[in-house]
Amino acid sequence: MNSTWSRFNITSIALGFAFLYLPIVLLIVFSFNESKLVTVWGGFSTKWYVSLFHNQGLMDATWVTARVGVISATVATVLGTLAAITLTRYTRFRGRVLFSGMVFAPLVMPEVITGLSLLLLFVAVGLDRGFFTVTLAHITFTMCFVAVVVQSRLVSFDRSLEEAAMDLGAPPVKTFFQITLPVILPAIISGWMLAFTLSLDDLVIASFSSGPGATTLPMKIYSQVRLGVTPEINAACTILIAVVAVGVIIASIANKRREIQRQLDEQAAQRG
Amino acid sequence: MADIAATAAPSTQTTTLPARLAKGFVNRLVIIIPYLWLLFFFLVPFIIVFKISLSQTAISMPPYTPVLDFSDGISGFLAGFRELNFDNYTWLTQDALYFNAYVTSLVIAAISTMLTLIVGYPIAYGMARAPATIRPTLLMLVILPFWTSFLIRVYAWIGILKPEGLLNQLLMSLHIISQPLVILNTYTAIFIGIVYSYLPFMVLPLYSSLEKMDYSLVEAAEDLGCPPIGAFWKITFPLSLPGVVAGCLLVFIPAVGEFVIPDLLGGSQTLMIGKTLWNEFFSNRDWPVSSAVAVILLLVLTIPIMFFQQAQAKAQEQGR
Repeated sequence: MNSTWSRFNITSIALGFAFLYLPIVLLIVFSFNESKLVTVWGGFSTKWYVSLFHNQGLMDATWVTARVGVISATVATVLGTLAAITLTRYTRFRGRVLFSGMVFAPLVMPEVITGLSLLLLFVAVGLDRGFFTVTLAHITFTMCFVAVVVQSRLVSFDRSLEEAAMDLGAPPVKTFFQITLPVILPAIISGWMLAFTLSLDDLVIASFSSGPGATTLPMKIYSQVRLGVTPEINAACTILIAVVAVGVIIASIANKRREIQRQLDEQAAQRG
Repeated sequence: MADIAATAAPSTQTTTLPARLAKGFVNRLVIIIPYLWLLFFFLVPFIIVFKISLSQTAISMPPYTPVLDFSDGISGFLAGFRELNFDNYTWLTQDALYFNAYVTSLVIAAISTMLTLIVGYPIAYGMARAPATIRPTLLMLVILPFWTSFLIRVYAWIGILKPEGLLNQLLMSLHIISQPLVILNTYTAIFIGIVYSYLPFMVLPLYSSLEKMDYSLVEAAEDLGCPPIGAFWKITFPLSLPGVVAGCLLVFIPAVGEFVIPDLLGGSQTLMIGKTLWNEFFSNRDWPVSSAVAVILLLVLTIPIMFFQQAQAKAQEQGR
């Protein structure tokens, strides 16, 4: 295999990754810039992080975003998992085509359309726009991503395990919680994390569905970016990147541990 | 053994009628909850958008006169149908701005999809040919940027592309250019932004179809005297077509309605439909016209979205 991994392949990967990562690295580097200009290096400083924590508007927005993210990701994970089970297990019921359409379409639907349509729904049913409506909107578009992630795990799931449990007398609900859920748990966790980051990240849908008093962090960053690029925004972005990166790293380590544990268990079971 | 028999005994009776009904109820609940949610929060909103696109602009809150009022019963409903008004759509055809915005969006999305394919293919190919031990790491490195905020990644490019930005500083200090290049607030910046933001969406499907490919076919072709480039076009590329199609759809469809990239990198001079819709809604407060813009955008995207769903359904079948 090594012989076919030519210099061309290595170069294209290296260039590709440089393209993917250089902008983010530069953004982080310039958040520690002493100068007020984002593009001219004036020495190392953490003063923008200090001023960030004194920016009440930004801190409020962070708090709103965190709450919206946690609530919407949790509800979306439940709904998305149910949707994934429906897609993989119930191959025949009335309206299945419509259902799978409604699960897959939001993945590629332009955000402006999703945002506008949800806003018009909220107005039509007379919901005041604010924290609650942003959360509802985020649940709706992120649950489809959860569904796809969980579904890919369910497809490769060995159903004979479930059958064995049921043969041994476990009722379906118990089988689900004791057999199916632990197996698909890694997918559910990564689904939750995906939903959370998508919610954390969303500007367009939040702008449509939010109201006064519920400004999310991306909305705040966006309105500041329009006024001009400042190291303070770089600092805010760096913190956001760090939070997500730590989360992803912890999750992947946990995943790896579980995988190793599972292999050890399997080996023990075979020996025993 | 006796224990198992004892616990198993009652369960063989779970196929009695109440138990079966309970199981049917749980099954139905699993389907119904997400189904109803998506119906109410995904499908119904589109119907409302369609409805409002046919109503008249009014200076009030909400800023439109409602049509199809269900309170008058079915006769009122039918009367409302006769009063439907297509003014908003006529308006869209009369003002060249909207038509231009649609066409420009489609062209920009098409060009940037091609660029993303050209940039993404060598990366995916290199990853698929990499030693199996480092492939998961490479895969993770491609997915990782997807976890960082889209807005942040677009924002990062402003600092690079602006006239006194990092790219111009670099090129001028290397004496490649003497005048700063104007890239920010042009279509070039939009292309860069789309390629950058959507690259993982292109690389992942390409990689998964290239990784499954049987490379002995390429070796056989080369043994038979086919030059490597010929073998690539005759064997590798056709076999990776499902990945190419999936990747292109994943980039093209959202790119057409993109708002953040044209707004932050394209400046006020560039025209794209997502931005037009946003301005119509937030600046002009014209809800019926922005609904009409959304309806047409949706119609334009229907065919690619259906292709995408078919590809997804096919992948689902194959995975089973």
